[in-house]
Amino acid sequence: MSKPEFVYVTYIETTPEKLWHALTDGDFTERYWFGHRIASDWKVGSPYRFTHPSRPSPMGKVLISDAPKKLAYTWEACAEELKLERTSRVTFDIEPRGKVVKLTVTHDNLDERGKTLRGISEGWPMVLASLKSFLETGRALPAEIKSDAA
Amino acid sequence: MDDVFKALADASRRSLLDRLHARNGQTLNELCEGLAMTRQAVTKHLAILETANLVTTFRHGREKLHYLNPVPIHQIGERWIKKFERGKLTALSELKRQLEKRDE
Repeated sequence: MSKPEFVYVTYIETTPEKLWHALTDGDFTERYWFGHRIASDWKVGSPYRFTHPSRPSPMGKVLISDAPKKLAYTWEACAEELKLERTSRVTFDIEPRGKVVKLTVTHDNLDERGKTLRGISEGWPMVLASLKSFLETGRALPAEIKSDAA
Repeated sequence: MDDVFKALADASRRSLLDRLHARNGQTLNELCEGLAMTRQAVTKHLAILETANLVTTFRHGREKLHYLNPVPIHQIGERWIKKFERGKLTALSELKRQLEKRDE
């Protein structure tokens, strides 16, 4: 395994089952992942894809699906200009820690000079902060500027 | 959140975060290189940063790698920054950066 480019950790007041559900259910991701719906049967080897009404969304293949502990999938570039970059990999580790759950997101195999790398370094903290807020308070963060907000 | 503010209230610890921001996933040895701090001091600062969840570690073979974890910082920002302010704040930061930029 290559050295991961990013390792993100957040502690969330929830259960592993709810967190798993939030990561794998489109109705949930749509609410905290800024409108991106995820869909898959979550079997190893199956495809998954995000869809968004107006933006390009990532897609890929399920690599590990061990509910509610570990989920990994490939991350295929969504935008046209990123298509030439290497397919990277995202791993979610879910560990109960007393009253909270520790979520570790590891992103590796990224193209070092690629644009995905830069996009991700801004994207994950936003998504994870929103996920935490969503699970703890029922409200996602308004982290993206929508056209009606300007 | 207290842990995060305490951890950030120290120039040495902020410089360690800067180093990880410049290059993520470093070992203790790499982080110590060229720093006017003892290895013990760096270890102590890293432990405080880890407790605050600003640094996460990852075992890669025999090496322990340190990663910048900006998630708590993002949460702090979201607490006080409203949706409509984001664009203006980004513009202001960029303006400050451009005006203060020095030839290197």
